[in-house]
Amino acid sequence: MSIPFGGYASPEQIMRDRAEYARKGIARGRSVVVMQYADGILFVAPNPSKALHKISEIYDRIGFAAVGRYNEFESLRLAGIRYADINGYTFNRTDVTGRGLANLYAQHLGMIFTESIKSFEVEIVVAEVGEAAEDDQIYRITFDGSVFDEQGMAVIGGQAEAVGGRLKERYSEGLPLPQALDAALAALTEPGGERPPVTQIEVAVLDRGREHRKFLRLTGPRLEKLLEAAKESQGGARQPAAEEVQAEQAQQAQAEQAPDTAPPIAPDGDIDTGSGE
Amino acid sequence: MASQPAWVNSLFTYTGSSSFSEFLGVHAPNLHPARNESLAAPVGDEIPHATTIVAATCAGGVVMAGDRRATSGNIISQRDIEKVFRTDDYSCMGIAGTASTGLELARLYRVELEHYEKTEGRSLSTEGKAHRLATMIRGNLPMAMQGLVVVPLFAAYDPSHGTGRIFSYDVGGGPYEQREFHSIGSGSIFARGSLKKLYRENSSPQDTVLACLHALYDAADDDSATGGPDVMRKIWPVVSVITDDGFRRLPDDEVAEFVESMLERRMTAPEGPTAPLR
Repeated sequence: MSIPFGGYASPEQIMRDRAEYARKGIARGRSVVVMQYADGILFVAPNPSKALHKISEIYDRIGFAAVGRYNEFESLRLAGIRYADINGYTFNRTDVTGRGLANLYAQHLGMIFTESIKSFEVEIVVAEVGEAAEDDQIYRITFDGSVFDEQGMAVIGGQAEAVGGRLKERYSEGLPLPQALDAALAALTEPGGERPPVTQIEVAVLDRGREHRKFLRLTGPRLEKLLEAAKESQGGARQPAAEEVQAEQAQQAQAEQAPDTAPPIAPDGDIDTGSGE
Repeated sequence: MASQPAWVNSLFTYTGSSSFSEFLGVHAPNLHPARNESLAAPVGDEIPHATTIVAATCAGGVVMAGDRRATSGNIISQRDIEKVFRTDDYSCMGIAGTASTGLELARLYRVELEHYEKTEGRSLSTEGKAHRLATMIRGNLPMAMQGLVVVPLFAAYDPSHGTGRIFSYDVGGGPYEQREFHSIGSGSIFARGSLKKLYRENSSPQDTVLACLHALYDAADDDSATGGPDVMRKIWPVVSVITDDGFRRLPDDEVAEFVESMLERRMTAPEGPTAPLR
């Protein structure tokens, strides 16, 4: 007997199912925060593993963060390193750009999303630190190959919207590193929850003040010291209730706005079928 | 998509080792400097040659210095060429021989070390770095037979030993680990003779820098292809120091101070410092 034919599934339905599948996979993990701070870009990820990184260096000024399936984003990371190294070697080190890399990922993820049975269950951020804060770039790339040019910060994976909301409350331009780290950790922690211990977080920066390669992984005593400074800055920032109320109102206002302003994680609802209707 | 280079398709699917040059060799051989195309005739002296490099270990690290001259036969083709390169945080290399091949080799080698570090999440061991360079030199052997000889000197701070280490090579590869100090290039005989007398074990990086500068001066004194410090044009040797703190190329004004103190001494003693006989 031949395999029974299940009937017709419209392309829209297939895409929606694939997007749904990928979105579920990505939401299962913990969120990763990428944000600008005074001297560059900060990456923070809750990660119990010391060896299996979610954050990595791609090139002199470019960092990478990912959530989702490890084997899938690891292959993306390696491809990115190969792409950057081969371009930097062929031309010049300054000719490797975050934009080019984001496009490469977008193309590849887009192709996989449309052509494979299973799309990649990943969401990634490509961040490039510039000469000045205005030149910093943060690109968020989703499983279907959509690219978002984020301003100041990006949250991927897990409860991305809730974490993003909490981060937005605390984020402002040009935060010093300890304050920025504090904001990121506060955003990653559910209200009333405990912050992850030092051993459970992965932190790295793209520091524009560094020579040669800007990427620096913060570990061990250096990270502990920074976390202590972050804790102190948090103590200083804890103000009377009035401000918290204000913050809450602001959050509510944001929540009301959210449906309009927040970019969709994936194509939702009407999908462009290209039929020109 | 026919117009894109072949390596684009391999970016996501390549499952080979963490070596960048191997990836190039398989998927973009046209970018690889070590090609087996033989030249019609040896080119020899017509292309610029880089000359003398010295390296010496110091307390907790290693110092490497190189003169700034490149020659094509009897012509000085460049007065301010740089021949000492940072290859990663804890290592550097100097090149002697065909300048163009050497520059390209240094560029590729730097990417090679970084590529491993980024993909594997750890740095290569010092021996690993030295071996890798040997293979790359050997890849250039056919070109070397045609006269495009390039021979590097590799120096690194080894975090596992807490000391500086020096490796030399020949056209067939290597590496040959050298104790205390070594020099390569056309003026290397004179530089080595000088260092033999001036080198002090476990002396400070500053003293070792001075000894290296004296050695380069002695090389320039007796070898026409090695350039001495150019006081008029303010062109100083390239000096780099690698310690626990990482690679550091001394800024020009710092080197100028060393050179000036050396020259002042040479005004009264042109042959430089003398080693005690008894």
